[in-house]
Amino acid sequence: VMRYDFVLSFVTMQEVTATSRHYVDRLFDPDPQNVLQGVIDMKNAVIGNNRQKANLIVLGAVPRLLYLLQQSSSSLELRTECAVVLGSLAMGTENNIKSLVDCHIIPALLQGLLCSDLIFIEACLRCLRTVFISPVTPVQLLYTDPTVIPHLMSLLSLSQHTQEYITQIFAHCCKTPEHQTVLFNHGAIQNIAPLLISPSYKVRMQALKCFSVLAYENAQVSMTLVNVLVDGEQLSQVFVRMMQRDKPIEMQLTAAKCLTYMCRAGAIRTDDNCIVLKTLPCLVRMCSKERLLEERVEGAETLAYLMEPDIELQRIASVTDHLVSMLADYFKYPSSVSAITDIKRLDHDLKHAHELRQAAFKLYASLGSNDEDIRKKITETENMMDRIVSGLSESSIKVRLAAVRCLHSLSRSVQQLRTSFHDHAVWKPLMKLLQNAPDEVLVMASSTLCNLLLEFSPSKEPILESGVIELLCSLTQSDSPALRVNGIWALMNMAFQADQKVKVEIVQALGTEQLFRLLSDPDTNVLMKTLGLLRNLLSTRPDMSSHGKQIMQAVTLILEGEHSIEVKEQTLCILANIADGNTAKELIMTNDDMLQKIKYYMGHSNVKLQLAATFCISNLIWNEEDGSQERQDKLREMGFVDILHKLTQASDPNLCDRAKKAMQQYLA
Amino acid sequence: MDSVELCGPAVPDFSTHPGLAAGVAVLQLAASRYLALSEQEKELNQRLRSLYPAVSDQETPLPRSWSPKDKFSYIGLSQNNLRVHYKGHGKTPKDAASVRATHSIPAACGVYYFEVKIISKGRDGYMGIGLSAQGVNMNRLPGWDKHSYGYHGDDGHSFCSSGTGQPYGPTFTTGDVIGCCVNLINNTCFYTKNGHSLGIAFTDLPPNLYPTVGLQTPGEVVDANFGQHPFVFDIEDYMREWRTKIQAQIDCFPIGEREGEWQAMIQKMVASYLVHHSYCATAEAFAKSTDQAVHEELASIKNRQKIQKLVLSGRMGEAIETTQQLYPSLLERNSDLLFMLKVRQFIEMVNGTDSEVRCLGGRSPKSQDSYPGSPRLFNSPVHKASNVITDHLCFPLFPGFDSNYCNGVSSSKGHTSAHSHKSCPPTIPSPEPGVLNGSRGQQTNVSAEVEMEVDHFSNGVSESSSNGFLNGSSTHGIDLEECDADMEVDSAQSKRQLCGGSQAAIERMIQFGRELQSMSEHLRRERGKNSANKKMLKDAFSLLAYSDPWNSPVGYQLDSIQREPVCSTLNSAILETHNLPKQPPLALAVGQAAQCLSLMARTGSGSCAFASVDDYLH
Repeated sequence: VMRYDFVLSFVTMQEVTATSRHYVDRLFDPDPQNVLQGVIDMKNAVIGNNRQKANLIVLGAVPRLLYLLQQSSSSLELRTECAVVLGSLAMGTENNIKSLVDCHIIPALLQGLLCSDLIFIEACLRCLRTVFISPVTPVQLLYTDPTVIPHLMSLLSLSQHTQEYITQIFAHCCKTPEHQTVLFNHGAIQNIAPLLISPSYKVRMQALKCFSVLAYENAQVSMTLVNVLVDGEQLSQVFVRMMQRDKPIEMQLTAAKCLTYMCRAGAIRTDDNCIVLKTLPCLVRMCSKERLLEERVEGAETLAYLMEPDIELQRIASVTDHLVSMLADYFKYPSSVSAITDIKRLDHDLKHAHELRQAAFKLYASLGSNDEDIRKKITETENMMDRIVSGLSESSIKVRLAAVRCLHSLSRSVQQLRTSFHDHAVWKPLMKLLQNAPDEVLVMASSTLCNLLLEFSPSKEPILESGVIELLCSLTQSDSPALRVNGIWALMNMAFQADQKVKVEIVQALGTEQLFRLLSDPDTNVLMKTLGLLRNLLSTRPDMSSHGKQIMQAVTLILEGEHSIEVKEQTLCILANIADGNTAKELIMTNDDMLQKIKYYMGHSNVKLQLAATFCISNLIWNEEDGSQERQDKLREMGFVDILHKLTQASDPNLCDRAKKAMQQYLA
Repeated sequence: MDSVELCGPAVPDFSTHPGLAAGVAVLQLAASRYLALSEQEKELNQRLRSLYPAVSDQETPLPRSWSPKDKFSYIGLSQNNLRVHYKGHGKTPKDAASVRATHSIPAACGVYYFEVKIISKGRDGYMGIGLSAQGVNMNRLPGWDKHSYGYHGDDGHSFCSSGTGQPYGPTFTTGDVIGCCVNLINNTCFYTKNGHSLGIAFTDLPPNLYPTVGLQTPGEVVDANFGQHPFVFDIEDYMREWRTKIQAQIDCFPIGEREGEWQAMIQKMVASYLVHHSYCATAEAFAKSTDQAVHEELASIKNRQKIQKLVLSGRMGEAIETTQQLYPSLLERNSDLLFMLKVRQFIEMVNGTDSEVRCLGGRSPKSQDSYPGSPRLFNSPVHKASNVITDHLCFPLFPGFDSNYCNGVSSSKGHTSAHSHKSCPPTIPSPEPGVLNGSRGQQTNVSAEVEMEVDHFSNGVSESSSNGFLNGSSTHGIDLEECDADMEVDSAQSKRQLCGGSQAAIERMIQFGRELQSMSEHLRRERGKNSANKKMLKDAFSLLAYSDPWNSPVGYQLDSIQREPVCSTLNSAILETHNLPKQPPLALAVGQAAQCLSLMARTGSGSCAFASVDDYLH
C-alpha cells in the first residue's frame, strides 16, 4: 500500500509541474491575445491552490508577469490580470511572498499606481496590501521612495477599495516614530479621519487601526487627533461610539486602544469621562472569559498601559467587574478540559498560554503600582505568589519579565515584604534570575531586590547570606545607568544600619577605585545613591584609618563641583557622619579648606545645606568626646560661634534648634 | 373639571346629539391627565418606554416609586415616595427595616435597572440595596432571607439569601450612587458604583423580584431613581449588547433540515398572502413561477380587490353598496360588521371623503381625501424612525394583518382595535395592500410630514404604471377620472373643513348620524348590549364636539390609516363566506410570533424584550 501511495503522489506531482510549465510557456506567446488568455487561465488555476502557486514561482512566472505588467505596450486588461495573478500568488505561503519581494515586485507595483486606470490601481494595491501585511516583508520598502506616501494619500479619495487597501498598508507599516512622522507630515490624519464614517466596515476598521498605530506614544499625533472633527463630531466621540457594546469586538478594542494612546500621550486627561466611563470599562470587558484569548491578551496589555501612571484609574479598575479575580483565569491555560477533549484547542491554548500569563502579570503590576489595598487584594488572589514565583523561572523571557515587574510592583508594599514575600521565599528565584538575564529583566529584578533589602524586610538576612554583594558590585559596573543605580541602591539599602562586618565586606567587594568612579558618574541618581551608601557606611562611628584620605578628597571634590542642592546636602551629611567618628574628626580639623567650606554652607541660602553643615560642626564640638575643648577653641577662632549665634535666630525651627544645641556645647 | 375651558372646544349646534357629552368627557379626562403629569413624570414615562418597549404597562406595571404599603414601620418615605429615611432606634440588627417598590420587575424588561443615591450614611451606614420577593420580612435588610438579595454599604459584601455575606465590591457611603441591574435573560444581577460595573453578584435569581432597600441606623437617607433622571451608569449600552446577542441567536437559529422544504413553505406563504390581499396579477405570476396552485378564482380575487380599494380610499358608501351587490347575504347575516362599516362611513363623511358627501360638497381638499403614499405607510405609529423604504419585498408582510393578532393579549374583537389604535399603538401596523403594489416605483424618501401628490387611485390602478397593469385592475377599476382634477397638493391643515365644507353635506352627515344612532338602538334591542359597538359610535360622534376634529383628541379616527383594520375585517369576512381562511398564513405566523413573545413575557423569559417581531418586519 505504501508503495502504491508513493507512486500515485509522484505521478500527480509530475502532472502539476507539466501543466504549470504550460501556463508559464503561454506567457511567452507572440500573440498578445493568447498571452492575455494565458494569464486569465493561470488566474483561475492558482486560486486556492498553494502547490500550483509554488510551482509557477519556481518555474519563473513572476519576472515574466512583472515584465508584462510594466510594459507600456501591454494592454490595460493584460496588465490588470497580471496584477491579479500576482496578488493571488502573494496569498500563498510566506515563501511565496519572499520570492515576490526578491523579484522586486514592490517597486513595480508602486510604479503601477501612477497609471490612471482605477481597476488596475486597485489590483496593484490589493497585491501590495497582501505583500506588505506579511511579516516577512521589510516595512522599510514602503518608505524608500519619498514620493510613495504622498501618492498613496492622493489615491485615498478614489474608491472604497483603495481606501481599504491603503489604510491597511499604513496600519501594518507604521512601526516606528519615524514612520509615524512621515505619515503625519503627509496629512495622514486629515486624509484618514473621514474614513472613520465610511459606509464600508472594512474601511472604518482599517482607518481606526491606522489611528491606533499613529497615536501610540506620539504626543504630536495625539494632540492633533483631539482637535479633529469628523462630520462635526469630535474624534474622541467617534471612538467612544465605536466602543459601544453592540459593535464588533475588534472595533471596540481598537477604538479603546486609540483613546488609551491619546490619553497616555497627554492629549486626553485621565479623569475625562471618555476614559473613566468608557475606555476603562471597555478594556476590562476585553479581559473577560467570553473574549477570545488574543483579545484578552490585548485588552489586558492595553489596560495595564492606560492606568499605569494613574492611581485613580487603578482604583476604579480594581473594583470593576471583578477584574482581579478575572485575571486569575489567565493562568489556567491550557485547561485540563482542553487537553482531553480536543487536540486543536490544546494547541491553540498552548500557543496563547505564555501571552496570557505575561499579560496578566503586566496588568497586576500596573494595578498594584500605587495602592496598598489593591496590592493586598492581588496577593490574596488564589495562588498568586506561587504563580509569580514560577513565572520568574519560566522559559519565556516575556513571562519572566512581566512576572518580575509584577513582583516589583508588589514589593513596594511594606506589609507584603514582611508577609507574603517572606513566606514564599521570592528572593530565591529572584536571585536566580539575576544570575543570567538580559538587561531589561535585570533592571526590574535588581530594582525589586533593592526593596527586598530594605531594613525591615525579613528577606534581607537570607539574601545577604546568599552572597549577593559580588553580584551587586558587578551591576555597578554595567553600561546601563539603570543597572548601576539599582546596584548601588541595593548596596546602600544593605549598608543601612548594618553590622560592621557587612560594611567591611561591601567596601572590600566594591573597592575604593570603583567607589570613586561612581562618585564621578554622569548620572546624578548614581551619584546620589553612592553618597547614600557612603553615608550609611560611615553612619556608626566610622574607622577612617584605611580610606580616610580618599574619602575626604572625594567629599572636597563634590563640594567644589557643580552639583545640585540634594547632592551637596548628602555630601555634608557624610561629612557630619565623619565628624562623628573619633579618628575621623582629625581629618576634618586638620583640613582648613574643608572647615571653610562648612562655614560657607552654614551661611548658604538653602536651609537644608545650612542644617547639614551645622550638624557637621555640632558633631565636631560635642563635649563628651576626647579633644572637644581644642576643637571648640579652634572653631571659635575661625568665627563659627558667631555664625551659630546668628543661626539661633533662624526662622527654620530645625535649624534654630540645631544651632542652639551646638551653642550649648560651648556653654557647658 | 375646569379643564374644559383650557382646551375650549367649540360646542357645535348639535345639542340633540348623544355623542357630544361623551366627547366632552373624553376631552376632560385627557386634559386633566395632561395637567397632572409633572415634568418628572413625563421624563419617567419617556425613559421607561424607551428602555423597556416590550413591557405592557397595563399587564405588568413597572416600579416607579417605593411602596408606602409594603414597608417596615421604621421606614419613612418622602419626595413622591422616592426618598427613604430611617426612623427607628437602630440599636441592633433587629431594628433593620426595608421597603419594596410598588411593583415587581416584569420579565419583558429583558434587562432592568435602577439606581439609589446615598444622601446620608447616617450613624453607621448599614445600608442594603437589592431585591426581594413579595412577602419577604421587611424587618430585615435585603439579602438576609430566602428570596432576598442585597449589597451592603458598610462592608461591601453581597448577601444572597443568607445572614453571612460574601466579599463582593467596595464599600459605599454618602454621595455614592449604587445601581442594581437585573438581567432577566440569564437571571443574574450586578451592581454599579458611580457608573462602574462591579461584576455579577447573584445568579439563578427567581422571577418577580421587587427593587428593595433596607436601612438600619438613624440618619440613613437614600434616594431612588427608577428612571426619573438619567442614570449614572450607561445601561443602554449594556442593553445594546444583549439585544445584539439575542438577535444573533435568532439569526443563527437552525431551520428545516431537508433541502428545499423551507423555501417551499415560504413560497406557499407568500402566494397565499398575495391571494388574500387580492394582488391578482402578482399572485398569478408568483404561483406560475413557483409552480403552485391558486385556491381562489381570479374573478373573486378581483372583486375583493375592488372593495378594498373603495374602503381604503374612504369611499365607504360605495364599498358597502358593492359588497351588498357582490355578496348579497354577507352584511345581512353580519350586522355587527355592517354597523362597523357604517360608523366608518360616518367618519368618512366628517372627513369629507365618503362618496355621498363628495357629491354634495364639490370640492374635497386633498389633505382629507387621499390615502397617503407608501412611505407614509411605513411611518405609521410604530415606524416613525424609518422613512426610507429600500426593500419593497419586505412590504407585504404587514398588510391586512388583523388586529386581533397585534393585540393578541387583550384579545378584543377585531373591530374594536380600530378605535384603540391611537391610545395603544399596535405592535404591527397594517398598511393597505393596493398601495403597496401600486406605488412601488414611487417609493422615495419623502418624509412623513409631506403630503404626497400620489393619490390613492394611482395605487394599483394607474393606467400607465406597469405595476398597475400587473395588478390587472385598470380595466375593472371604478371610473375615477373625475376625481383626479381635485387631487391638488394641499398640506395646509386649515383648509380642512367639516364634510368638505358643504352645508348640504353636513346636513346629510347629521342625518346619517341619526340613522346610525337608530341602527345602534335597533341592534341593541335585537342582540343585546355590545360595548364595543357602543364605544365605536361614541368615539365617532365625539368628532363633532370639536371645531377642528382633525386636531382633537379623537381626531386619530380621521387618519386614513384607520381604514386598514376596517378593510381587513371586511376582507376576512368575505373570504370566510368562500370557506377560505380569514387570515393569510403569513399574518398568522407573524401573529403567532407576537403571541409567543407575550407568552414569554408572562412566563418570565426575558429574551422576549429583544426579539420584537417588528424588528424583523423592516
